[in-house]
Amino acid sequence: MMNDIWILLTASLVAINAALLGCFLLLRKMALVGDAISHAVLPGIVVAYYFSGDKTSLLLLIGATLTGVVASLMIDFLTKKAKIQGDASIGITYTLLFAVGMILISTWLKGNVDIDMDCVLYGEIGLINLDKIIIDGNLYIGPMAFYTELFAFFCIGLTLVLGFKGFKLLAFNEDYARGLGINTTRWHYVLMTLVSLTTVVSFEVVGAVLVVGFLIIPAATAQLISKKLNRMMFLAAIFGIAAVVIGYALAIWLNVNITGAMVSVSGIIFMMVLIIDKFFRKQQVSKSLNPA
Amino acid sequence: MENCSIEVHNLTTTYGGAPVLWDVDFELPVGQIIGVIGPNGSGKTTLLKTIMGLLEPSSGFVKIFNQDLDKIRERVAYVPQRESVDWDFPASVYDIVMMGRYRKHNLFRRTNKTDIDIVNQSIEKVGLTEFKNRQIAQLSGGQQQRVFIARALAQRAELYLMDEPFVGVDAATESSILSLLQEMKNDGKTVLIIHHDLQTVSDYFDYLVLLNTRLIAKGTPQEVLTKENLTNAYGGQLTLLAKVASLIKENEFPIREKDMDF
Repeated sequence: MMNDIWILLTASLVAINAALLGCFLLLRKMALVGDAISHAVLPGIVVAYYFSGDKTSLLLLIGATLTGVVASLMIDFLTKKAKIQGDASIGITYTLLFAVGMILISTWLKGNVDIDMDCVLYGEIGLINLDKIIIDGNLYIGPMAFYTELFAFFCIGLTLVLGFKGFKLLAFNEDYARGLGINTTRWHYVLMTLVSLTTVVSFEVVGAVLVVGFLIIPAATAQLISKKLNRMMFLAAIFGIAAVVIGYALAIWLNVNITGAMVSVSGIIFMMVLIIDKFFRKQQVSKSLNPA
Repeated sequence: MENCSIEVHNLTTTYGGAPVLWDVDFELPVGQIIGVIGPNGSGKTTLLKTIMGLLEPSSGFVKIFNQDLDKIRERVAYVPQRESVDWDFPASVYDIVMMGRYRKHNLFRRTNKTDIDIVNQSIEKVGLTEFKNRQIAQLSGGQQQRVFIARALAQRAELYLMDEPFVGVDAATESSILSLLQEMKNDGKTVLIIHHDLQTVSDYFDYLVLLNTRLIAKGTPQEVLTKENLTNAYGGQLTLLAKVASLIKENEFPIREKDMDF
């Protein structure tokens, strides 16, 4: 039972972190960049792990996060300087970096019990309790993954609260922000760093593939019914947590993959909200003809 | 020109190797409503973006009130094309107009009473007070355009650069924008507007810039709207390209470079 609660708490933090950043990615039409970064951190994880020998070290956190930032630098370079179309730049960058990561795993970390392709791609949410934090010899205060997620949550929360106006302006109208003399490049890379950090701390919990579902789906669901940005962020976090809790229950009940169930539930919630919202809008329009 | 709002000097801006603006050179007066006209693809938006510092010119320079843009950014307000943003953004009219109060140095601060008052006044001026809390997605095109103008007004600038504010707006918005422009002019503000409806130019503007990659003409509407000028801008685009090519040969070097003061 205690294990279940720690898994739910940890996964909820993953969902909150991802959903908050997902809102900005979505509004900036950068959903795919989140996807790219989540894959591109792989070589960073492997290299950092190889040198530190520890899945939870600070070195790994920083090294892998930087790889994600390098990926977004590379995408921007290909789009803006080399004039490659946006989706192609993303495709080139993340497949390249991910492939390098695969090679590194299969050579440097061959037969390693801690990191393998499965773990990286799908996470091991059921096993996070193996990496326990025990203080005073016998007091168990939860899995390591929970605390790394908590750390990321504080970083993300603090940055988004302090920089809310800047991120909002950047998301709505980047040209206007530049016209005001605001260094939009700097703001952009702060956001990319946070996205990268989120995917790095989340990869061993939910995996590099499905973390994208946590980034995008709850934010997209919230956008359907939000008229304010802060409300969208709040709702996105709620939808993320709902998917985690319902998904976990379903996975235990049906004995299926936990992360898979969570993201599936997230998708189902999106569909439901979409349908309900469309239905309501129709009713509203027929009631009072277009107000504008 | 003694009182000069915008000085554009030998400006060339290229996109992917091809010049969009070629050796454009003019000085504009202060306190007037100035129209920039020219056919599609003639570089009007590029000119505005280069003036705003959003695009880097290949050669030449821009001065605003005789200074570098970076020194006086806060005195310049930019109204981008309405279609350049996604109006499904989760924000109200008030939220967007408040962005006009954002500054490089106050992004981390909370908005104060003065900001709130200025935002409310700006919304009032464009006649959107009753829609203040409405989400911007639920506005008509004309109302959205007025939100953009209110945001620029909230900036309390002296020079306003507007990219096609009359496109796709209803008659009410059009007359509301026009009376606002008069009011701004009476307050001594300078407004530069990209426009493409030749029918209305002489009614709307005190001063015109006619553009087609290079500067065709500038001056009062009477001076600019001659048959010869308009044919040059709109008629023979093919012959114009040939002229540009020969111009490149004649005029390899701009007379003044960006960082040289004379």
